Amino acid sequence: MPHSTVTDPVAPSSPTEEDSVLPDAPPHAVDEVKEEREEADENEQEDGDTIREAPKADVKLEDIFNDDDEDDDEFSSSGAATAKVESSPPAAPLQLAPAAKYTDPEVMLAFYQRLFPFRYLFQWLNHSMKPSNDFGHREFAFTLQNDAYLRYQSFPTGDLLRKDILRLNPSRFEIGPVYTANPRDRKTLRKSTAFRPIAKELVFDIDLTDYDEIRTCCDKANICHKCWSFVTMAIKVVDAALREDFGFEHIMWVYSGRRGAHAWISDKRARNMDDQKRKALAGYLELIKGGAQSGKRVNVKRPLHPHLARSLDILKDHFQRDILEDQDPWAEPQKAERLLQLLPDKALNDALRKKWDTAPGRSSTSKWADIDALAKSGASKTLDGKALLDAKQDIVLEYTYPRLDVEVSKKQIHLLKSPFVIHPKTGRVCVPIDTRRLAKFDPLGVPTVTELLGEIDEYDGRDLREEGEGKKAQDYEKTSLKPYVDYFRSYVAGLLKDEKGVKREREDDDAMEF
Amino acid sequence: MIRQDYNRIDPKRRSTLDHKKKQFATPTYKQQEYPHRLNLYEIPPTAEITLEQFEQWAIDRLRILAELEACSFRNKTLTETAAYITPLLQKWLPLHSNSSSSAGAQDENLKLERQKDHYSHFILRLAFSSTEDLRRRFARIECSLFKLRFQNDDARERQAFVESLQLDWEVVSEEEKRTLATDLQNATPGLRKQEVEEGGWFKVDFETVPELVESRRVFLKRGKAYVPVREQMSMVLAGFNERVDKGLELAARALPRLDEDDRLTPILNHLSRNFATPDSTLSDSDSALPGAPINAASIDHLSQHFPLCMRNLYMTLRKNSHLKHFGRLQYTLFLKGIGLTLEDCLIFWRQAFKLITDDTFNKEYRYNVRHAYGEVGGDATRRGRGYSPFSCQKILTEHPPGSGESHGCPYRHFSADNLTTLLQTTGVNDRDVLRGVKEDVEKKRYHIACNRVFDWYVHF
Ligand SMILES: [Zn+2]
Repeated sequence: MPHSTVTDPVAPSSPTEEDSVLPDAPPHAVDEVKEEREEADENEQEDGDTIREAPKADVKLEDIFNDDDEDDDEFSSSGAATAKVESSPPAAPLQLAPAAKYTDPEVMLAFYQRLFPFRYLFQWLNHSMKPSNDFGHREFAFTLQNDAYLRYQSFPTGDLLRKDILRLNPSRFEIGPVYTANPRDRKTLRKSTAFRPIAKELVFDIDLTDYDEIRTCCDKANICHKCWSFVTMAIKVVDAALREDFGFEHIMWVYSGRRGAHAWISDKRARNMDDQKRKALAGYLELIKGGAQSGKRVNVKRPLHPHLARSLDILKDHFQRDILEDQDPWAEPQKAERLLQLLPDKALNDALRKKWDTAPGRSSTSKWADIDALAKSGASKTLDGKALLDAKQDIVLEYTYPRLDVEVSKKQIHLLKSPFVIHPKTGRVCVPIDTRRLAKFDPLGVPTVTELLGEIDEYDGRDLREEGEGKKAQDYEKTSLKPYVDYFRSYVAGLLKDEKGVKREREDDDAMEF
Repeated sequence: MIRQDYNRIDPKRRSTLDHKKKQFATPTYKQQEYPHRLNLYEIPPTAEITLEQFEQWAIDRLRILAELEACSFRNKTLTETAAYITPLLQKWLPLHSNSSSSAGAQDENLKLERQKDHYSHFILRLAFSSTEDLRRRFARIECSLFKLRFQNDDARERQAFVESLQLDWEVVSEEEKRTLATDLQNATPGLRKQEVEEGGWFKVDFETVPELVESRRVFLKRGKAYVPVREQMSMVLAGFNERVDKGLELAARALPRLDEDDRLTPILNHLSRNFATPDSTLSDSDSALPGAPINAASIDHLSQHFPLCMRNLYMTLRKNSHLKHFGRLQYTLFLKGIGLTLEDCLIFWRQAFKLITDDTFNKEYRYNVRHAYGEVGGDATRRGRGYSPFSCQKILTEHPPGSGESHGCPYRHFSADNLTTLLQTTGVNDRDVLRGVKEDVEKKRYHIACNRVFDWYVHF
């Protein structure tokens, strides 16, 4: 692999070493800086849903500091890369030791070898069956078992990607943009400007840690069914806007393996958007801005923009059930004070406070109902009904509207973890989420890699006993991964079908011109 | 000679391949016609000019761009900027409308003005295409200049100019307008009901109006943006912006070939140097500032004199023994700017992060501090002294703080109540000052608010 760069992402020890990384680099290439990553601080640790930014012609300091998304200590204790892999390892029964953990290299390897849907991944990124630059000039980045990070990997075909993954057995890998040239050739190009990203899926990232100030059930990396509903709400709202407002059709949502979800939009128009357009789209969807210090977080103009009116419509039932009942955010008096801060009328607030003081532990549902009840009873002479209604809508939005990590969406060059990789902390597969059955999706029921491998063994054992005839099942079909792979396959088929149409149109266009 | 150089970066070559852009592809090898006062600068100059003109025209335009950029750093409003810049434009880069002369566009003076405007834009485009930073700044200021001129243009001539652009706008039918009336009204701020019904509406791809999309001021339906006639300007601006960006990229690719011409290169280099980052001068004076030396231990004491953004970072750091990455970056560069050495800065951060081990610090934070000082990263020749402290402009406009982050400008990023509390915590109790700050902030005059507090400290 003459072009791959292996750097230890953790600690460069001397300037000489750092400078030696890129002796032949064009003056603007600064890959090694980008590859320097800081381990996330304990209190700002985020998901393993790593998003990294590839280098631009000119490195910006903030990009180098922009590392709080990182969470790369998973393998800090797993030692050096031990995977000695032949190019085609034998597909023998797995017989994992009962204690085999998903962090074991052999488990990862068996997963890539037997379950990972490389074929559909290829088609998804290539937009056709026939290998093209959409795939060949696409960057992949591997995180190896020893935490080394390989940028700018690229492969002419899905098979070659698979081969290299089996050889290197990365603990996970990420997908970047399609470049003007093959990423492996970037250093041989005479000018750094000749190598730049030209297309990538539009992506979104939802992470439950962004909800920590309003979620009461869990915090940090933990999730439960109650707080997963935040993700459900976010998916509904964003998905509706992407389809109805922007006209996108090929949207795939993927569970990030622990506490969030990613969206990948593959419409040609979305893939070709430059950063300015991505930023505009992210801004359109972003509502909750500002740090913890900025007081009332939502202050939207009236009348509500149709996108917000639709979102509110989607969200208001969730608010009643998922927020008031499940999260119960204002049960305690000091938390109820936060609710009062968001309401506009002082006299009404005084009346509410008085009522709540006499009933400690009154539920959020009741408190929310008290607002209208006391307002109607004439508790305030100064009350402006419209202002109260607006404030209540703002509150619903503040507690339910998607909190997107928009930085991820703004740049073509960001890398995002591939679907179907294993989340290193949970062992769960990053499976696609079928939005037609969104409410049924259970993140805690997503199969882990060890479960899946066990299912294969069990199936094969049964198969042997029964001496079954007929078509031999593929490995994924023997496991609970099957519905997810099937969904992915049919999603990709739909994308390819439309893409064919697009191509034909383009050809017709050309034909008319000449 | 000069003409040849321009031919090399001729964006026409690309646009002729695109049938949609054919209208711009009329080859012109002599004096160009300038039927309109405004110019999207799509066609590079082709006529010969003298070296003196080359340099003088570029310098004149540069003056204007520098003044415009200064206005934006000082957060001047569009009206204030226009008032300030108009006399300067008259002097250095006048550009009159057709109606100003009885001969109209044929007037020789008008032709010359337009030629100068046209050529100077292209010369600077070339001069500032070398780095991403310069390109971004150039594009930004050129857009403000264009916007100013567009707004001041004679209404009829402006309309003629817009029509000449042949943008891809589809008129919304009366029937569709009626069906969508409520959505159009709700999505488009500041329109009376009557205007919605009677005004003209265009349907364009949402990509054409990023500004309107980003601020949610337009109705979107299945990829189309519904734009009222009065938003034409933002669409034209977007078109201008896009063309300048593309042109700069092409120029950057052509630049290395220009090295062969030893007459132009020194002029171009000189021009771009004159456009250096305003705050980079700071890092040039390495010599210590007068007064007592600054070291890690004196930061505690000194911090009471820091501007509020840095004070806030300092207080957060002391409270949490930690700062998130943009906070660390903003504060590190500030400390560097006031003269703290790298060694002391490392000591400072090591001591401030009380909750982590030396090992963690060395692994996770040391590198970034060193990088900020230009010790590591990039290649040695380009590294220089690392980065300049953030300008107010940068702090105000880039990377607004998110949850749990403390960087940014408190005057801009804090709610009024929290800002007042913060000011009071830092000892600002004067009611007049607090009220003044509140008014400044409401008018988005963050610099003035900051200066007001500073003045108060000085006279206290
Ligand atoms: Zn929970």
